[in-house]
Amino acid sequence: MSKKKDFEPLIVGFLCNWCSYTGADLAGTARIKYPTSIKIVRVMCTGMVDPSYVVKAFKEGADGVLISGCHPGECHYVEGNVKTMRREPLLANLLEQLGIERERFKLMWASASEGEKFAKAVQEMTDILKPMGPLNLGGGKKIG
Amino acid sequence: MSERIGVFVCHCGTNISSVVDVEQVAKDAGGWDNVTVAMDYKYMCSDPGQELIQSKIKEHNLTRVVVAACSPRMHGPTFKKTLERVGVNGYLMEMANIREQCAWTSDPGELATEKATALTRAAVKRVNFHQPIKESEVSVNKATLVVGAGIAGIQTALQIASAGYPVYLVEKEAYIGGHMAQFDKTFPTMDCSACVLTPKMVDVNQDPNIDLFTNSQVVGVEGYVGNFKVKVRTEPRYVNLKTCTGCGDCVSACVMKDRIPSEFDEGLGKRSAIYIPFPQAVPLKAVVDKESCLFLAKGKCKQTCIEACQVNAINFQEEEKFTELEVGSIVLATGYKLFDPSIGPQWGYGLYDNVITGIQFERLANASGPTGGKLVLKDGSQPQRVAIMHCIGSRDENYYAHCSRVCCMSSVKFAHQIKEKTGAEVYEFYIDMRCFGKQYEEFYNRVQEEGVQFIRGKGSEVVEVDGQLTVRAEDTLLGVFREIPVDMVILNNALIPQEDSDQVASLFGLCSGEDGFFLEAHIKLAPVNTAVDGVFLAGCCQSPKDIPDTVAQASAAAAQALSAIALGKVKLSPVRAAVEASRCSGCMSCVNICPYGAVGFDKEQKVSVINQALCKGCGTCGAACPTGAITTSHFTREQIMAQIEGVCAQ
Ligand code: FES
Repeated sequence: MSKKKDFEPLIVGFLCNWCSYTGADLAGTARIKYPTSIKIVRVMCTGMVDPSYVVKAFKEGADGVLISGCHPGECHYVEGNVKTMRREPLLANLLEQLGIERERFKLMWASASEGEKFAKAVQEMTDILKPMGPLNLGGGKKIG
Repeated sequence: MSERIGVFVCHCGTNISSVVDVEQVAKDAGGWDNVTVAMDYKYMCSDPGQELIQSKIKEHNLTRVVVAACSPRMHGPTFKKTLERVGVNGYLMEMANIREQCAWTSDPGELATEKATALTRAAVKRVNFHQPIKESEVSVNKATLVVGAGIAGIQTALQIASAGYPVYLVEKEAYIGGHMAQFDKTFPTMDCSACVLTPKMVDVNQDPNIDLFTNSQVVGVEGYVGNFKVKVRTEPRYVNLKTCTGCGDCVSACVMKDRIPSEFDEGLGKRSAIYIPFPQAVPLKAVVDKESCLFLAKGKCKQTCIEACQVNAINFQEEEKFTELEVGSIVLATGYKLFDPSIGPQWGYGLYDNVITGIQFERLANASGPTGGKLVLKDGSQPQRVAIMHCIGSRDENYYAHCSRVCCMSSVKFAHQIKEKTGAEVYEFYIDMRCFGKQYEEFYNRVQEEGVQFIRGKGSEVVEVDGQLTVRAEDTLLGVFREIPVDMVILNNALIPQEDSDQVASLFGLCSGEDGFFLEAHIKLAPVNTAVDGVFLAGCCQSPKDIPDTVAQASAAAAQALSAIALGKVKLSPVRAAVEASRCSGCMSCVNICPYGAVGFDKEQKVSVINQALCKGCGTCGAACPTGAITTSHFTREQIMAQIEGVCAQ
């Protein structure tokens, strides 16, 4: 085939074990189709997602990072997600300074029963990232 | 020394292999660093599949295993045991979720295979950093807490108690029995509800192993599987449970006698302010409703009840009480609520006298109900034509999407009872008939033969046409619109989650499903378990179900609690955080961030220390640590970083 493959963004998803990972499993059980762009890394709680994990993902070539956890008030560990919520603007700021557009980093809540919501979010994020093209960090300079 | 990793890719019949080229994934994996052997197989979780893994472990002296198959939430425990049976620590295994999170959500082809490969590669990279973990065990308190004393809670409590172990049964109402105590007959056998239930209620009261708390609610839960500490609040009953004989003298002496709508009779009958809701109530003791008692509400009353009571059981000074309980397991059997049809004016409920709900019909039909079992209209006459409308509030995108599961059959039951009691014409309006249980279809056929008219079409409206109650519906079998004049309409309303189910869920750390009912850990593999170890579900709080299914599930929940008691110990999740003292700068960021107060500070050494008994392993402290001094076992920085590299590598 001579035609070059379409650009397929790579999204690294950090999903908490109790709500969003279970929700993503549910999307599967319900056979809801969504783009293969997302590759999920299971964490116990979104509170566990060290900002350096997000930076690492971008450094390794991710075009987007999605963190998804339990709805506020429903975190399996009381309020790990609230900590993540507080961290998010700071982290987004830092990423922008590194030249990573705001659209490339997303924090969301999806409960164990919201497989469809999760699938939709992946679809949306993929649709946004596609026209943006691959992440180009400082003209190929390494970060971190 | 580098690891020797075995990679096992599952076809899952054709579940995975019809979308993902599993052979290609295994072939690629064979070329990765440290991978000693990589292969695919049709059913990795089957006996031969597991034996294959075990034989490869022995043959190649594997030190790590990756299984690319379903979700670790499905078969993680299975494959962990596979390793343990050949003497390898179960934590040296990692699963790649290529079914639920890949094959089932992707179209067949290259992209799906690429994704499965990436997930498998991430698992391989991660497993290099796995450490053997020894799970700690804790002893199990032999007592069980059961919340809710409807048929589900009663069944669970009796079953555990009959094995000889203590049960605390907590019920928020003043009496046990729940909705089932209100029913008249039960389908499909038509035996009377009371005949099935009341002996069990009496057993609860008499069983020395059951400690019954009525008027009570759980207000605090601490601890973990095997060792929960629970706080129960008991509202005052204003009647001494020990001395009250249940004679009813106070009830007839009450100045509010026959003036308060009875909840038990669904507003169709009246009660006093001090009352016993029905003759077979357990406990058979009076209770004062503080809202309608003149003395408690207004401070002014002749207190005729106190005069009437010969054993001085009434005490208006009684206050709320708190009790602390220690239990090993918790079973939630908090039941359901009925949908309020007055929300939709199209059903005429609350607008027209002879539009009633299913549960009101139960009370009318019941021999100890407000009419002594006579089926009559508001004016006392017998109905000639009765409509029964299914799915009120359920299977309706404007209200609740779920099927209430019992309404088809209870509607058939109502029809049979109406025929038996009055010979009236009966019209059933249904979307489709769901008679799935044992002997249900047979029962439905029998009632059809009794001359009941089944009209396929959801009744859309109940109106009054020239003073005549009328049901409007589309008959989808005949393809015509129908207007049927009737004397009485029975709305079979939906079973929905309890009002406070969200608070209860957060109190016990549970998740709720889309429909608002509590979510089980796995719909097929762990239907009575929840996301919280040691907390189980029984009955309609998990989803609507009929009495046979409720009793079966309640017994299953009892079995879960009993198996923990029998073993005497449970394994704790080994995911815990720990501080590496030499890297800790003593900034104390972690101390404040921990939701469990598990992180303390050693003032002498100026480092943080994590109390392993309190830590639940969320890892939030680790993410906050600026020096990377905190590691969460099985979710270490190296492991996650390696996994990220794995998914990103092309
Ligand atoms: S466990 Fe889901 S966000 Fe904390």
